[in-house]
Amino acid sequence: MTKRHSPMKKAIYSFALAVGLLVGATSMASAEEGHLASAGTNIRDQASLQRGAKLFFNYCVGCHSLKYVRYSRMAEDLGLSEDEVMKNLNFTGAKFGDPVISHMPEDLAQQYFGKAPPDLSLEVRAKEEGADWVFGYLNSFYVDPTRPVGWNNTVFPNASMPNPLWELQGVQTAVKKEGSDEVEKLELSQPGKLTPAQYQQATRDLATFLEYVSEPAALQRQHYGIWVLLFLAGFTFLAYLLKKEYWKDVH
Amino acid sequence: MANVFTRIGDWFNERAPGLMPMYRKHMTEYYAPKNFNLWYYFGSLALLVLVNQIVTGIFLTMNYKTSAAEAFNSVEYIMRDVEWGWLIRYMHSTGASLFFVVVFLHMFRGLLYGSYQKPRELVWLLGMLIFLALMAEAFMGYVLPWGNMSFWGAKVIISLFGTIPVIGGGLVEWIMGDYLPADATLNRFFALHVIALPIVLLLLVVLHLAALHEVGSNNPDGVDTKHGPKGNRWDPTKPADGIPFHPYYTVKDLFGVGFFLIIAAFIIFFAPTFGGWFLEHDNFLPANNLVTPTHIKPSWYFTPFYAILRMIPSFFGTAFWGVLGMFGAIALLFLLPWIDAGKVRSIRYRGTGYKVALMSFAASFIGLALVGAGVVGEKLVEWAPSDATFWENAFGRVMTAIYFGYFVFLWFYTHLGWEKTKPVPERVVFDHD
Repeated sequence: MTKRHSPMKKAIYSFALAVGLLVGATSMASAEEGHLASAGTNIRDQASLQRGAKLFFNYCVGCHSLKYVRYSRMAEDLGLSEDEVMKNLNFTGAKFGDPVISHMPEDLAQQYFGKAPPDLSLEVRAKEEGADWVFGYLNSFYVDPTRPVGWNNTVFPNASMPNPLWELQGVQTAVKKEGSDEVEKLELSQPGKLTPAQYQQATRDLATFLEYVSEPAALQRQHYGIWVLLFLAGFTFLAYLLKKEYWKDVH
Repeated sequence: MANVFTRIGDWFNERAPGLMPMYRKHMTEYYAPKNFNLWYYFGSLALLVLVNQIVTGIFLTMNYKTSAAEAFNSVEYIMRDVEWGWLIRYMHSTGASLFFVVVFLHMFRGLLYGSYQKPRELVWLLGMLIFLALMAEAFMGYVLPWGNMSFWGAKVIISLFGTIPVIGGGLVEWIMGDYLPADATLNRFFALHVIALPIVLLLLVVLHLAALHEVGSNNPDGVDTKHGPKGNRWDPTKPADGIPFHPYYTVKDLFGVGFFLIIAAFIIFFAPTFGGWFLEHDNFLPANNLVTPTHIKPSWYFTPFYAILRMIPSFFGTAFWGVLGMFGAIALLFLLPWIDAGKVRSIRYRGTGYKVALMSFAASFIGLALVGAGVVGEKLVEWAPSDATFWENAFGRVMTAIYFGYFVFLWFYTHLGWEKTKPVPERVVFDHD
């Protein structure tokens, strides 16, 4: 028994080792870039999505489009009626089935900011840190008179975008390290309409909304995924029993 | 009812008399060794993934637009507006990565048990051709979404041909059909990806299986069951250690398929980008020849070969040596049946030198993959910021030396008779419980 099993066991161990190495490599790679705080987004939290959408359509859509997102699809996924979306979120006169396109003309935008504001449909997916990046970015604006629009950002230094949420957050100023230009921390020098905690929640909602927008299918795949896995577990168990039954001949 | 089926069967057999003999030859009367272990699942799984890629690929082409202006948008259209489009796309993108997972494991099985040795050289050569075609297929498929990494990946990989002396520059333009990867490049890659290479792949797979069934399957003991003792419970003239492929291995593989699909489904439904390894973040930005991604790196399955390219320095003012090294790393695998003159197939009975060498080879492959993916570089920047590049090169070059050293060692070890093998049993080792 012991002797005869050893080659088989060795093969299993070596296979487990190979898998282990691969998994180890994956987790090693995904554990880096830890300097951004976790946004704590949850796209299954519909209330958070709705609040995020409200913020987006009040503060962002003036410059940024979501060209891959239709108002109708968004309404369905956010649990909103056509009426609610058309009255409260659609300020451009677009049709319900149209995609979300900003009204700002691209050449004007180029003139104002030096660079046309990017479409945000895939912003979260295009960043390695995902929603955490958006959350960090929206919390890291500070006043910098040396920049053309008067704002700078520690997460994305020299970004050409001013803080669109400054009336909510207030104004942050940078505390520089002694004798250097490096920003040590940001201080709230002028409070906004929201407390810091409320502002964090608001930006979390906005990051959640942008995460949803970057992959609306995420809601579906997680929903179906459970059932597919349960089915496959049953299927695999039956296949195992079938194999065992047939292989009685061989053993 | 049974009568109807029999009559339909007879009707076909009268008109196509070769079908039943073929079915018997390759399924019910193909006697495979009964001692296959875990490593023997990956061949059938590779076939399953191939079918998945073709079927999902057909549905993707129904909605994909082959033009540099529309390709990226059409992929998002598939992801958002096409019914179940997201599922089809994730099945295809996850399938591409899992294809390489199972093929790498399938190839490593060949190394473990000496499946490339006489008389299975042709099986191995055809398998290697499949691997080459698969790499070309994967590279061109990766370009089609026309994201920024598609564009820059294509630019870097095609530029490799530019290092070839004399004809390099012209060759690069000829491949791209432009001075940069552009609409012309995308269209020809589409044609090759959906028609030319799949046909080549299917043909090679048929030949790979035909060649295998001619000489018979190897097994974890490397014992020649086809020419060993005869007589099993199904046929007194057939190998004693053989069992009919159907139904025994079809039901066993069905179990393997179920297990594999659980892993695949988990990725497809819960981690389709696999932390940026299966779908890269930079590829969610449209192709832009003015904005270079921070780290241009190929898909994970090319990283070991890409690392060899990067680790071999330029000599005499040309970077061609790295390209030679990269292709050489694959070419040497083709020659393995002649480099290895070992008398024994399976690692179970081979000399200690071979075991150590093979494990080092596998470790170097993983090490190179980590270098090529930039993981080693990023870690070193944290640990030794001042000379991270020095240590990355040192590590990568040692790994490259081990990779190539394996083949050199194996030649000397087996051709000069240094290997001390263990006695190989006459029959396969199989636990009769």
